[in-house]
Amino acid sequence: MVTLLVPGALRADSGGQARLTVDADGTLRAVLDEVTRRWPRLARRIRDEQGQIRRYVNVYVDGADHRHSGGLDTPVPAGAQVQVIPSVAGG
Amino acid sequence: MGTPHTGALLAIGTEKGLFLATSTDDRRGWQVSGPHFPMTAVYAVAIDKRRAVPRLLASVASSHYGPSVATSDDLGRTWSEPEQPPVAFPADTGATLERVWQLTPASAAEPDVVYAGSQPSALFRSTDGGASFELVRPLWEHPHRPQWEAGFGGQAIHTVLPDPRDQAALLVAMSTGGVYRSADAGASWAPGNTGIRAYFLPDEWPEFGQCVHKVARDAVDPDRLYAQNHHGVYRSDDAGATWSSIADGLPSDFGFPIAAHPHRSGVIYTFPLVADSRRFPVDDRCRVFRSADAGATWQPLTAGLPQHPYYPAVLRDALTTDDASTAGVYFGTRSGDVFASRDEGDSWQPVATGLPDVLCVRAAVV
Repeated sequence: MVTLLVPGALRADSGGQARLTVDADGTLRAVLDEVTRRWPRLARRIRDEQGQIRRYVNVYVDGADHRHSGGLDTPVPAGAQVQVIPSVAGG
Repeated sequence: MGTPHTGALLAIGTEKGLFLATSTDDRRGWQVSGPHFPMTAVYAVAIDKRRAVPRLLASVASSHYGPSVATSDDLGRTWSEPEQPPVAFPADTGATLERVWQLTPASAAEPDVVYAGSQPSALFRSTDGGASFELVRPLWEHPHRPQWEAGFGGQAIHTVLPDPRDQAALLVAMSTGGVYRSADAGASWAPGNTGIRAYFLPDEWPEFGQCVHKVARDAVDPDRLYAQNHHGVYRSDDAGATWSSIADGLPSDFGFPIAAHPHRSGVIYTFPLVADSRRFPVDDRCRVFRSADAGATWQPLTAGLPQHPYYPAVLRDALTTDDASTAGVYFGTRSGDVFASRDEGDSWQPVATGLPDVLCVRAAVV
């Protein structure tokens, strides 16, 4: 079980919740698969239909950028904090 | 048609959200609300009048959180999005949706069918009014597809034209790739570009590969089509089998949009730009050009439009007509100016200024 921190722009898709308890751990993929099952509209903001994390969405596992720690295979221990933050992009 | 127009709705899709303009005085005055879906690019909107209360559909694409299609059954006061992605590529394609470029309700005979054209170039079909769409696989699997190229704006199907007489007849257009047609409800597809020049290719008259910017269907004769090409303005009188130039009376054959009058055959509108290499209005003047004879002759329309040096372009879906008995004509520019005519283009008035870049406009009596 881990905690998912939801950015403000996506809280309409998390029932207004800033923190979600996700009943999964092990890898980031497993956590996001459970997010897809429970909150599919939220999940598709984070990952595309092929399961890849969107280019301008950054996901941190206990403060570490998943892109530098194994991507979707990043280990996510029980009790971890998974944080979704939009990247600084756009005009 | 001859619909009594107590109210009118103009949906304005921009680079940073959807704006809705409403008129309750036969399109004299407009009240603008928005942005709805702020910070999303709204490449396509549709006003589906085949149901008791018109349904609005909007393609919304966030640069962070991806694309979606939202619908409203109360003229834009509230919107809904399904839990599952409404338009998505199946896993086996390996493709991902960049954005929906076109939302087109099918004919009245299929009141729940809506088509979506996408980037990358694909056609999707909904049978539930736009809540969920399915990939039209025969076009996706067309042997030409690996040779379709991306234009500057990306490779996309930007035009979907169902045939009002025949549910099985469909025409799509893409940049680049050109026009493709199906006569069997999408089961098979063939290019329909004969006569359209591709000056940017070694073979300037290929079977496919043209950069068709927009196609519009004649209001009365469904076999008559009009195309604004990447240089070249064309008409087909045989449902897209062959095309011939109607550009002679225009100051330039370059531009993006082309729109047809909702009721009168042969009445069409364009917004010419100088050239591919100089994408400004011709003579730096804001002018719509109208033909009332299917492109044989053209007339500039300027009354009420800014005639000081004016540089913004009009994109392919940012020029449209409404369905009023005396048709309204509307366009929006890349500098966020939106103009409306309630007399078929004879005179114009501003609806809004200073919006984000206008990507598309659609209007209807509601």
